[in-house]
Amino acid sequence: MKKIFYVLAFILLVNNKITAQENNKFSTGEIHGNFQMMAQNYLVDSTIGAKAVNEKIRMNSFANLNFIKGNFKAGIRYESYEKSLLGFDPRYNGSDITYRYATYTNDDLEFTIGNFYEQFGSGLIFRSYEERGLGIDNAMDGIRVKYKPTNGVYLKGIVGKQRFYFTKGEGIVRGLDAEFNLNEIFSNFLPEFNPANARYTYILGGSMVGKYQADNDPIRILPENVAAFSGRFNFISDKFNFYTEYANKINDPSLTNGFIYKKGEALFLSANYSVKGFSLSASAKRVDNMDFRSDRNADVNNLTLSFLPAISKQHTYALPAFYPYATQPLGELGEQFEVSYNFKKGSKLGGKYGTLVTFNFSNATNLDTTQTGNEQGYSANFWSKGKTLLYRDLNLEVVKKLSPKLKTTYTYMYQVFNKDKVQNVSGYGTVYAHIAVFETQYKISSKNTFRAELQSLRTKQDFGDWAVALAEYTVSPHWFFAALDQYNYGNAKEEKRAHYFSGSFGYTKNATRFILGYGKQREGYLCVGGVCRLIPASYGLSLSISSTF
Amino acid sequence: MKANKITLILLFIFSVLCVNAQDKLPAVNVKTIDGATFNTANINNNGQPIIIDFWATWCKPCVQELTAISDLYEDWQKTTGVKIYAVSIDDARNSARVKPFVNARGWEYQILLDPNADLKRAMNVGDIPHTFLINGKGEIIFQHAGYAPGDENELYEKLLESIKANAVK
Repeated sequence: MKKIFYVLAFILLVNNKITAQENNKFSTGEIHGNFQMMAQNYLVDSTIGAKAVNEKIRMNSFANLNFIKGNFKAGIRYESYEKSLLGFDPRYNGSDITYRYATYTNDDLEFTIGNFYEQFGSGLIFRSYEERGLGIDNAMDGIRVKYKPTNGVYLKGIVGKQRFYFTKGEGIVRGLDAEFNLNEIFSNFLPEFNPANARYTYILGGSMVGKYQADNDPIRILPENVAAFSGRFNFISDKFNFYTEYANKINDPSLTNGFIYKKGEALFLSANYSVKGFSLSASAKRVDNMDFRSDRNADVNNLTLSFLPAISKQHTYALPAFYPYATQPLGELGEQFEVSYNFKKGSKLGGKYGTLVTFNFSNATNLDTTQTGNEQGYSANFWSKGKTLLYRDLNLEVVKKLSPKLKTTYTYMYQVFNKDKVQNVSGYGTVYAHIAVFETQYKISSKNTFRAELQSLRTKQDFGDWAVALAEYTVSPHWFFAALDQYNYGNAKEEKRAHYFSGSFGYTKNATRFILGYGKQREGYLCVGGVCRLIPASYGLSLSISSTF
Repeated sequence: MKANKITLILLFIFSVLCVNAQDKLPAVNVKTIDGATFNTANINNNGQPIIIDFWATWCKPCVQELTAISDLYEDWQKTTGVKIYAVSIDDARNSARVKPFVNARGWEYQILLDPNADLKRAMNVGDIPHTFLINGKGEIIFQHAGYAPGDENELYEKLLESIKANAVK
């Protein structure tokens, strides 16, 4: 740790003393970075369950600084949680340098010391990543080497420990990944494989990840080394793309799987076909006891090695995202299908400006399992589905431009959401919801635009019916003003039929943004990329500043 | 330990003061929409301007922005010779959906996939959309975060300015 700082400091000093000639210019390197700050004060509102905090105001901030010079890069991130916003894990507490690295790259070799983010394939057995808005950061701290021994062969090796808030997890992670682009390899001696003129591309890959964690359990005999393997294949042509990845993990008793010794596996398949104006895509996923972490005692979003996002469509409007699905890494079978068609300009359904129609279906059930009553926990039938529906989503979206100034979007969806199973709670059962969204955007002038959303969610379960209205006025390129009301008019408890009003405005100049907001935020899940965080109900003033330099 | 960190920060600030920023594009490996590994050092447009736009299929303002520019892209290309790289930061959940998504909308951009956010980090992008304008010499001369309808006009003005500035030299 200390040594890395000295090395970095040394390199920085040296860099300021010397200048190297590159591209016939004298350059001493560049520094860039970004900064972000979010602050909120918390007021009490008993109807929505918003609580005050002792500190009155809480703040999350961070800044990245990156130095680049020729083939050399180094950087740090400073993070500050004084104290962390509600909804973030309270272990994000204090301020410190949480990320620092140095990377050297030449044509075929790259090595990094310090922190890094990396992913093998689609991430079934290894992905270290950050999602700052969700408080997720399982960055590696160690060493990474990437090497390209010949055209079309890409090798990666990693060793290190993962970040755990302001410390590191105790598990040591080691991994290797190899990817072979067959076209690039064969193009050396078979010209028809040359990527520039090949009709088909074939890519193969494989990875291996192991973790070591000492067994200090007084009773159980736990495997101290756990290995996982994965293989992947990708076929690509002009119109068609097929991708599959399979992963397997040896016995890995952990807190999340209830310390069972069963092996884990995951299979992901995806195929799509598209031409201009039309696309079809389908994917399927089977996950069985595949919660893989560098610490067997970790839970929630901590110290994850496997990345198993949901394959259902990721909704962006407020009410369609009200019941967000999150993968069940212990066992799930899911499929997804989507078709899009763009009715051409001038056709009957296309009108003067064209109409884009998208239909999407996704479904997830549990696995067909039998309890074994021994340390294996259960056995699962690979080829059949379980009887419990976890999630289903049927949705149709129509985007229609009526004139150069007026654009509208209509969305309808039907969702089935097994709240008990997906959110791991009890007593809520399954929610059946009909959701409709109407959005319109009117361009008043080249710089002034008005946009409005009306949303409705109807259900007999959970919190009952909701309505949302949003109005937004933007003045390009600097200003926006927005007002939002979310109204829980159908709540079975009359005293809970609350309005959640909020207003905000923002100023943007180039890559710097200020946003000031005031109002009420309902309790709910905030999800990015299929990983979710519960944000509590809150009421108050918020300020965010972000900038890239 | 604390003292070391402070020293390090001071050194960084010192470095900022000493370096002459050139705002070049970083060299990072991403993927093309056809699965090939692509180094961003190879982004070029024969001395003509380049726009790099970070987006994702789930990001509404990003899709709004790229849709708006798509209607103007042909004209922009004729008048300025600009080439647009739309860099998707969709992760494994959505990256296979990027190509059908782009095709259904008829976008003509060069699409790059950055599922591990390597290029996003190297260019210090926070929230998306985030747009960079790069002149014919490969220097970043303008960037903009977020999108409001009409922002494409500002981008176009900057694009015209950059061409004028190049012509004068």
